[in-house]
Amino acid sequence: MIAPHGGKLVERLDFSDRAREEAMELPRLSITLDEARDLGNIAHGVFSPLEGYMAREDFEDVLEEGRLANDLPWTIPIVKDVDEKDVEMLLREDEVSLFYGDMPIATLKVEEIYPYDRKEYAQRVFGTTSIEHPGVANLMNKKEHLVGGKITLVNDAPTDFPQYKLWPKETRVLFKEKGWKSVVGFQTRNAPHIGHEYVQKTALTFVDGLFINPLIGKKKRGDFKDEVIIAAYETLFKHYYPKNSATLGILETEMRYAGPREAIFHAIMRKNFGCTHFIVGRDHAGVGNFYGPYEAQEIFYDYPDLGITPLFFRSFFYCKKCGTVVNEKICPHGPEYHVNFSGTKIREMLIKGEKPPEIMMRPEVAEVILQFENPFVE
Amino acid sequence: MDEENEKNYETVRIPVTLYKKINERIKGTGFTSVSSYVTYVLREIIAEDEEEEEKFSEEDEERVKERLRALGYLE
Ligand SMILES: [Zn+2]
Repeated sequence: MIAPHGGKLVERLDFSDRAREEAMELPRLSITLDEARDLGNIAHGVFSPLEGYMAREDFEDVLEEGRLANDLPWTIPIVKDVDEKDVEMLLREDEVSLFYGDMPIATLKVEEIYPYDRKEYAQRVFGTTSIEHPGVANLMNKKEHLVGGKITLVNDAPTDFPQYKLWPKETRVLFKEKGWKSVVGFQTRNAPHIGHEYVQKTALTFVDGLFINPLIGKKKRGDFKDEVIIAAYETLFKHYYPKNSATLGILETEMRYAGPREAIFHAIMRKNFGCTHFIVGRDHAGVGNFYGPYEAQEIFYDYPDLGITPLFFRSFFYCKKCGTVVNEKICPHGPEYHVNFSGTKIREMLIKGEKPPEIMMRPEVAEVILQFENPFVE
Repeated sequence: MDEENEKNYETVRIPVTLYKKINERIKGTGFTSVSSYVTYVLREIIAEDEEEEEKFSEEDEERVKERLRALGYLE
């Protein structure tokens, strides 16, 4: 079994009554649902080796070097923003509770409170300060200080898909039980078309298992709704995936749209789930035209010590001459024979209530998507 | 990622003969300096040493298997 990032799977849980009562008594900071879920990701080891919110040294090294202070690869800051009033309270307290609504999710040992430069953060992580970029727009709404420190989870955040919610410990046991020594992880925020299926199955041909790991959480307008992605994959699995070599589990964290840096982050999380390989396609975690089509693949050459093997894919398309799904490496025919799996085109058809052609999307999958009144985030 | 940020770098000494050899070797590759090549190779080697086997207790593993069976992931 592949070692977790940093060598040890983090577990920071205390679901005892005493811990929960104590959390009720502590001064409170309120958090969003996405933040509550990321606390779960820290405490259950998805973000291993992080044990809490980054203190300043880690934060700055992540921005400047794409690494933690101990040189371990890490590209996305995991931080908690606070305002002046919170800072006043935090300066007085050693420990506080993080509340989602009226539910304590975790306690936080206050280690450090520090200011940060949002523009620099944006430039380093997203490669732009344009507020046209959804990640930057989100960042610019954050409060002006950060608080770092270890956390202990006292309650799991609510999930809409408990039957698919697996933590790294569970996937690791699952892969072992299934006898999978090599597992390829697939990140997605889309309902699957034929191009996705070919990428996944091509990768699976060379390893023991395939772990489809849809990202559930805050997304942007026009993205597929979470329940649509799940329903589409359930259908695809039922009709077209071998049970003994493919499985499905969700990951609840928001999309940052940080392109190359997020691709590294996505790979690290899948390593913690126990994947040995990770699929990186065209414009992975990108948005608009902010990143070059293969930038998210090139960044992996900066990380020989990542510990999970990226599998780089170019796009698949249908070739009328070959009569099958191909990619540019294996098809000698000109573009006049090619039909691309355009996400935009498929979306347009689905919005109109039309079923995309079978060479683009499995009919069973299309039918399931069309059963939703509006399959896209409004 | 950012070699201009001096505070994040230390100098180490390597034999001139090795330096010259590496300098030749990186021509036409993506490496822009001997330093970046040496850093790459060291990180690769050190990461291999750090790999550990993650073991769960039997009790832990049984509990996890039970949940996986309840969810239908295991028979
Ligand atoms: Zn062809």
